[in-house]
Amino acid sequence: MRPEAAELPPEPEAAASPLVSIRDLRTYYSIRGSFADRLVGREAGVVRAVDGVSLDIRRGEVLGLVGESGSGKTTLGRTLLGLARATSGNVDFEGQEITRLPEREFRAVRRRMQVVFQDPHASLNPAMTIGQSVGHPFQIHGLERNRDRLRLRVSEMLERVGLAPAEAYLDKYPSDLSGGQKQRAVIARALILNPVMLVADEPVSMLDMSVRAKILELLLALKHDFDLTYLYITHDLATARFFCDRIAIMYLGRIVEIGPAAAIYADPKHPYTRALLRAIPEPDPERAVPRDLPRGEVPDAARPPLGCHFHPRCPNAFEPCGWESRDLRELLEARWARDAGREGVEEEEALFGDLSALDVPSPEVRFPPPRGRRPEEIVAALERIRSQDPGEPFWKGVERLEAQDAHVRLDFHPPNDPRLERTGEVDVACHLYGSAPR
Amino acid sequence: MAVEARPAPRSPHGRARLMALGRATKPIREARGTARVMLWAGAAITLFFIVLAVFAPLISPYGFSEYKSGGVRFPQLAHPSAAHWMGTTVQSSDVMARVIWGAQTELEVVAIALVMALTIGVPLGLLSGYFGGPLDRALVVVMDALFAFPYLLIAIVIAFLLSNSSIGGGILTAAIAITVAYVPLYFRVVRNHVISLREEAYVDAARALGARPRTIIRKYVFFNVVQNVPPIATLNAADAILLLAALGFLGYGIQPTQGAEWGYDINRAVSDASSGIWWTGLFPGLAIVLLVTGLTLLGEGLNETLNPVLRRRRFGRIDFEPLPEEML
Repeated sequence: MRPEAAELPPEPEAAASPLVSIRDLRTYYSIRGSFADRLVGREAGVVRAVDGVSLDIRRGEVLGLVGESGSGKTTLGRTLLGLARATSGNVDFEGQEITRLPEREFRAVRRRMQVVFQDPHASLNPAMTIGQSVGHPFQIHGLERNRDRLRLRVSEMLERVGLAPAEAYLDKYPSDLSGGQKQRAVIARALILNPVMLVADEPVSMLDMSVRAKILELLLALKHDFDLTYLYITHDLATARFFCDRIAIMYLGRIVEIGPAAAIYADPKHPYTRALLRAIPEPDPERAVPRDLPRGEVPDAARPPLGCHFHPRCPNAFEPCGWESRDLRELLEARWARDAGREGVEEEEALFGDLSALDVPSPEVRFPPPRGRRPEEIVAALERIRSQDPGEPFWKGVERLEAQDAHVRLDFHPPNDPRLERTGEVDVACHLYGSAPR
Repeated sequence: MAVEARPAPRSPHGRARLMALGRATKPIREARGTARVMLWAGAAITLFFIVLAVFAPLISPYGFSEYKSGGVRFPQLAHPSAAHWMGTTVQSSDVMARVIWGAQTELEVVAIALVMALTIGVPLGLLSGYFGGPLDRALVVVMDALFAFPYLLIAIVIAFLLSNSSIGGGILTAAIAITVAYVPLYFRVVRNHVISLREEAYVDAARALGARPRTIIRKYVFFNVVQNVPPIATLNAADAILLLAALGFLGYGIQPTQGAEWGYDINRAVSDASSGIWWTGLFPGLAIVLLVTGLTLLGEGLNETLNPVLRRRRFGRIDFEPLPEEML
């Protein structure tokens, strides 16, 4: 199964029509603002949880969707399942456009596409027995009304997922079961209607280490028996490697790299993928590698960085990556925080004064010096900062730095959104690869 | 799939239902300590009044408005005696008969009021909490407006409005007045709980399974919300007794021709008290205090046993045998 998956090219004619085809999908959440905002009905902005994702899921494959928390991977799964409304874009599932289906018509889709959530303890209704929960899909869709036959089918399914003998579990309540057993019951409930597709949203991350491998093995066995296609959402590259045919790496609502799992592990292209792979703990201290993990935190998805979303944390960033005003503020504040208390730092802070003008994202910065200061002084200070750390990627983005009309003028190279482009075996969205920046 | 594939028909389902009942009452059976004492004391007192109410015609020596027996008029304001254990009132009626029949009135009104308040408040709370949106906002505003008034005031206004209608000043009027006062409470409790449950993964899972909102509310939300209701309803019943007595005391409750009512009796006894006649006021008053105490104990006991936040698992203390001398 694995070797064949590794050589699957995404050529449109060669591959059979994909099971799921996502095109430029966007899912934005509006932020509830302050109380005053809500009184006047003003929205405080949107979080771009999924921000232009295109991807195909082929029949019978396991596609891993990997990213840190806040990368939008769960929202992408929820949009696929119709639990979150897409803001724009398309999702074709078995040839049917589903993002704009009304809830009533979506119900038919749900027999074909099921989900296993992260938290098995919260996924089962505490007021229903395991038998009732697992059999409920039949009743919801009115497929089996005879209670004895229903019980029989539920028993079969429970034994298939490893809850045997079923009699011992049918009348138990979720609170009587362990996490692994609950997750098995959740899987049984998801598969009892024979779906073609299963979205597994971190299905093992809440489980004990000892149980994880068993549940993943169960999922693989079930995939084979039921002819399933998986979208496996995880933050854990280590399990994804063992589980997935292809892997898509997500960062701040976008896919930065997608390709066969083997190729991604063997030769990660995107700096973010490389960082993630380096972050996998190495049990052998002798072989431990230095971890230059990405600096800083995942930025706010309500105001993502211009250009490549990863550029502020990227060690390889260069001119076209989308340097902008907020990066300057970040640079200065990081510097002052690092050198706090050292001689000259306070003067430097006073020289720049109020940095809030830099909060408006723009590749062209104009700001006046504080009262009593000349812009030339600030330019000189910036030049000094540059000379102290010329290797800092930020300075590659600066096209022009000068004093002009009593303002400091700082122009960056115009930002460019990198698009996914074929590089070797994988598609990667990074200016380091592919054609010249557009 | 043939019909003969039916070993012992229905038995597993019947057993499942029994087990569900056993599971629901398990915390009550397992209650320990103070909670257990409160629960059983409250239940005993409440049961006592329920027996009084149900068997009033058998227990009570006289009717609630009887003032003579066998053609002989009862004495007025007679001391408690063998003939009249709790004495008689200025209208020659037997105080004990009025207390016993009063229990029937109180419990009838409260039962009707609770059933009505629950059947209105709980579904509205479920809908409002689950669907949210404009419906929720409108309902919250209306309910909060009702909530802002003191219960008694609302009850008086409703009772006053209804007293001129065809329903008149009977049990139903009092029950409706109390219902209106308590609907917002159930609405709020249920709505707020539903809002927190709506975010639960199992509700999402039900949606992902394709369940209709009706099914989700019935099977996934209702059963998890409804556990909150018994303690609240019981505590509310205690409150409702007081409210009904207050209405009766003020003259807006049950009219004297419709039934015996403790609050009304206390009102009539106010003038007696100053002249040293204690029995006309004491016994109805005691009845109110006792029933309210019983219901409160029951409600608090239920709350403490059913509410997982308050419920504390008791672990038995383990005493080890002292080690033998030579091992020390």
